[in-house]
Amino acid sequence: MELLYAITLAVLTSCGVYLMLRARTFPVVVGLALLSYAVNLYLFATGRLGDAAPAVLGKAGVYADPLPQALVLTAIVIGFAMTAYALVLALRAQGELDSDHVDGKGDH
Amino acid sequence: MSHLPILPVLVPMFAGALLLVLGASMDTKRALSLLATFLQIPLAAMLVVEAGQGIGVYALGNWMPPFGIVLVVDRLSALLLLVTAILAAAAIIYAVRGDDAAGRNFHPLFQFQLMGINGAFLTGDLFNLFVFFEVLLISSYALLLHGAGSARVRSGLHYLLLNLTGSALFLIAVGTLYGVTGTLNMADMALRVRELDPADAPLVGAAGMLLLVVFGLKTAVFPLYFWLPRAYAAAGAPVAALFAIMTKVGLYSILRVYTLIFGADAGELANMALSWLWPLALVTLLLGAIGALAASTLSSLTAYLVVVSVGTMLAGLAIGTAESLQATLFYLMHSTWITGALFLLTGILQRVRGPRFSARLIAGPQLPHPMLLGGVFFLIAMSIVGMPPLSGFLGKLLLLGSAGQGVTAAWLYALVLGSGLLGLVALSRAGSTLFWRQSDQAATGEPVDGARMGAVLLLLAASPALVVMAGPLLSYLAQTAEQLLMPQLYIDAVLSLQPIAGGAQ
Repeated sequence: MELLYAITLAVLTSCGVYLMLRARTFPVVVGLALLSYAVNLYLFATGRLGDAAPAVLGKAGVYADPLPQALVLTAIVIGFAMTAYALVLALRAQGELDSDHVDGKGDH
Repeated sequence: MSHLPILPVLVPMFAGALLLVLGASMDTKRALSLLATFLQIPLAAMLVVEAGQGIGVYALGNWMPPFGIVLVVDRLSALLLLVTAILAAAAIIYAVRGDDAAGRNFHPLFQFQLMGINGAFLTGDLFNLFVFFEVLLISSYALLLHGAGSARVRSGLHYLLLNLTGSALFLIAVGTLYGVTGTLNMADMALRVRELDPADAPLVGAAGMLLLVVFGLKTAVFPLYFWLPRAYAAAGAPVAALFAIMTKVGLYSILRVYTLIFGADAGELANMALSWLWPLALVTLLLGAIGALAASTLSSLTAYLVVVSVGTMLAGLAIGTAESLQATLFYLMHSTWITGALFLLTGILQRVRGPRFSARLIAGPQLPHPMLLGGVFFLIAMSIVGMPPLSGFLGKLLLLGSAGQGVTAAWLYALVLGSGLLGLVALSRAGSTLFWRQSDQAATGEPVDGARMGAVLLLLAASPALVVMAGPLLSYLAQTAEQLLMPQLYIDAVLSLQPIAGGAQ
């Protein structure tokens, strides 16, 4: 499971970084979203991977660390809000600068 | 137990929330916002006094460290709260004269930004630091765009995208540190890093360097400063003035994390950031000065001067002795207030010269009150460049004095004095263009506003005040530097905290 998890993270991160290096706002925002997925999964994995371990005391012999799950929840909320804001700003830049280039110029 | 430490976070939070839902007139909102901002000054002053007696720790909800989130008021945090409070007071005085009406929700955003900045200075928890960073960033994204304009949208987009990437890196670093050390409390993490298994050291070191990249981005250190000049030059005057503290939030985080967690006692990872910071600081210093020389508007000139001050402070930080930290903190106070003053003055000049000339460094119309405007510009410029008897001189003198002798001192003297000279050239050129090379026409812009000028004078007055008060101030700063170099004090204060009896049981 660790290997699969690590490969998933690697693919998400590299796709995210690749897209973020594009010069158009839409791929950049999608890249950011992919990167934040990778980060959220990564944070989740810092509590160690395992199954049949609920994050509640007394339900099973072993229990999972609840803190990374709380961190991931916070990170998801913040990441979601920021992605939404980035999209709105990208749309506004498109309207105001008449271009979806990240520098607001370039070929039309 | 006193609830004082949390008030600098709660006051702007409630004020901001109230301003957001309140359907009151603009005047009521302005009064409320002014009140909440001015309240920060006595709060910060009380915290400075309290921090002078020892490190104060406030456990939220009576949850004990290392499990709960704590706020820690040591000398450094209290000092930065005071610097922020005074800067924000001047910015809000300026803003209520009309800049806040250029778009919606200026005041709530301003308060939330203050909440984020104060929280970042106070928190003793690494993930909580991330949360407060996000609070201050999301307000700053919106404040930067306040009043709109295509330059603001373009620089706002860059600023947003870069900082979102920074936030992702921050989370990766925090996750790695948590995964290895099993704690997020900074004091507890410092202890765990000392007792680290050598096999884990590279992983923690990598996370530490990743944090340096994130904080370097906020601080605007080479090669991560390219967003700053555009963003600051495009922002409105009161927003840009408030942003003068934003680079210091990054600087504070570097200072906190690399003295506490990766300080001298951190075993293999001891002082891991210093050897990187030193060359980067010098390059930042030089490039900032070159940028200032090439700037075509007064706002971007000021923005590059922010980069120069960041380079200067990081150099002091990288030397890492008690004297150099003391000098760095003095320079931090000076540069925050004086760059704030220059941003506000730029705003006034933009209005007086009218939209056609704005802050562009070209010969323009004759200005009203040439003696007042020119005199204030002259004093600000002298203080920034570091001419006696103003605070910039004292700050640079202390910094150069702390470098000792040898190669370090040679590099520091050459670059600090050289960048000072370049700054002097840039500011003299700007000043002579703005105030001497004038046509016969009178300015078509607005008249000089008294309250706006008052805000500039308030920040400018801080410069001679810093020199007059230098005696007690420097002894406070010396103790601050000592406290920073003895992280055990911080660790003991946090981890020896006792729960309040009769609380939640």
